[in-house]
Amino acid sequence: MPTALRTLKAGVFLMCLLPLARLVYLGGVGGLGANPIEFVTHSTGTWALTGLMVTLSVTPLRRLTGQADLLRYRRMLGLFAFFYACLHFVTYIWLDQFFDLAAIAKDIVKRPFVTVGFAAFILLVPLAVTSTHAMMRRLGRRWQRLHRLVYLIALLGVVHYLWLVKKDLTEPLIYGGILALLLALRLPWGAVLLQAARNRFVQAGSSDMRSRL
Amino acid sequence: MPILHPNDIVSSEITPPEIYRERRRFMQGMGALAAGAILGVAPEAGAGVKLAGVRASAYSIDEDKTPYKDVTTYNNFYEFGTGKGDPSENAGSLKTRPWTVAVEGEVANPKTYDIDALLKLAPLEERVYRMRCVEGWSMVIPWVGFPLKELIRRAAPTGNARYVEFVTLNDPEQMPGLRRRILSWPYLEGLRLDEAMHPLAILAVGLYGEVLPNQNGAPIRLVVPWKYGFKSAKSIVRIRFVEKPPLTTWMAAAPREYGFYSNVNPEVDHPRWSQARERRIGELSKRDTLMFNGYGAQVAQLYRGMDLQKFF
Repeated sequence: MPTALRTLKAGVFLMCLLPLARLVYLGGVGGLGANPIEFVTHSTGTWALTGLMVTLSVTPLRRLTGQADLLRYRRMLGLFAFFYACLHFVTYIWLDQFFDLAAIAKDIVKRPFVTVGFAAFILLVPLAVTSTHAMMRRLGRRWQRLHRLVYLIALLGVVHYLWLVKKDLTEPLIYGGILALLLALRLPWGAVLLQAARNRFVQAGSSDMRSRL
Repeated sequence: MPILHPNDIVSSEITPPEIYRERRRFMQGMGALAAGAILGVAPEAGAGVKLAGVRASAYSIDEDKTPYKDVTTYNNFYEFGTGKGDPSENAGSLKTRPWTVAVEGEVANPKTYDIDALLKLAPLEERVYRMRCVEGWSMVIPWVGFPLKELIRRAAPTGNARYVEFVTLNDPEQMPGLRRRILSWPYLEGLRLDEAMHPLAILAVGLYGEVLPNQNGAPIRLVVPWKYGFKSAKSIVRIRFVEKPPLTTWMAAAPREYGFYSNVNPEVDHPRWSQARERRIGELSKRDTLMFNGYGAQVAQLYRGMDLQKFF
């Protein structure tokens, strides 16, 4: 791997750690508010969902810019989404429920928003486990089929958020809108749209080059 | 006009220094009051100002109070935004003077009260109450206020009055959250008349011995400690006595989730989450939620014979 790319990748890696660093910092200075457990639960949850959205934007961005290199970040971004989902899940199991397995099981069965959130988390596990190069090679074509689960997982994540808010649906609907856009751009006409946008972008860039020459 | 010579003053007329100092303090206090009156602001108008003559109450509970900072920065008051920190950040635009509360409807003595008259309506008491939010967290808050029944008694409800409706201020200029139709505004709450007459139900004007901060529902709010927090309407401008149960804001928003009574009840879950336990703000592990928020001995008789699963 070229040094420049490695540096860039390290930069993205550190950036992905910022939400966690912020929580640790706020925890240290007593800045998590009156209900710190709720704060950490919400923060890790929204970052897991944001991580999924960022991961899902890699393919459309690659089509738009023609930068095949972007694909190199996708696995790391996906694994960070899983990392924040794990923190979210652990916060719930540990700090929210204090390992009360009976209460957790009841929650999963009885509370639809917990059911879909739990399902999304469980479905993420096989994707994280099969994210290595070796697993990609071993699974071949089946790898891509398996990893298409991420569309369902993101959808479950948005539904989880929609069902848990008391009244103000603004934020979950913003996530829903972004997810709808990211999924639409994967449909045949979405890909055409991205291709057209790219052609204009590239043409504008080259004509700019010509004028400079 | 007789001129007094120094030796004309009898010793009995010389004021002892301690009484003299007390008189001076009294006069200074009167001066501050007069200055307030000239400026058109009552000296006790602002949040954080100590309320005078507050008595302790036998209705207070002996539990650790939630810190002042948490009580005043972790709030649900959608008129100032839906985030917990929004009210403390945005409520500065609320003007609590001048302020009036209209008492109307099925009463013999309808009247519009000035807030400063309400502050003197009845002796102020400190009531340390549990506060259980429908979202599953709770606090212990030392409110300052007076029994709601003191006001009801003066209003003299007619035979038709069965319910009491409480209306919150509806001014988007002062309350930025009203510009978004998250709920149907104005915020409206209600109690059955006998619930409103219960000695535990108070109109609060302060907390921690001081004037109520805006984000906690200044200048005057309802506190009904055996019901979920949203029943205790904030920044009240109208109290109306009616025959039929009012359609409260949360009932209109989600009738399946919020009933008229909304008594704290660990056995009746919110359709989307459990109400069996709660997180006391400041504590790590959850505690069991108590029936009627621990006020069952006082209020259970109000609901005798009622199916609380049905009348949630």
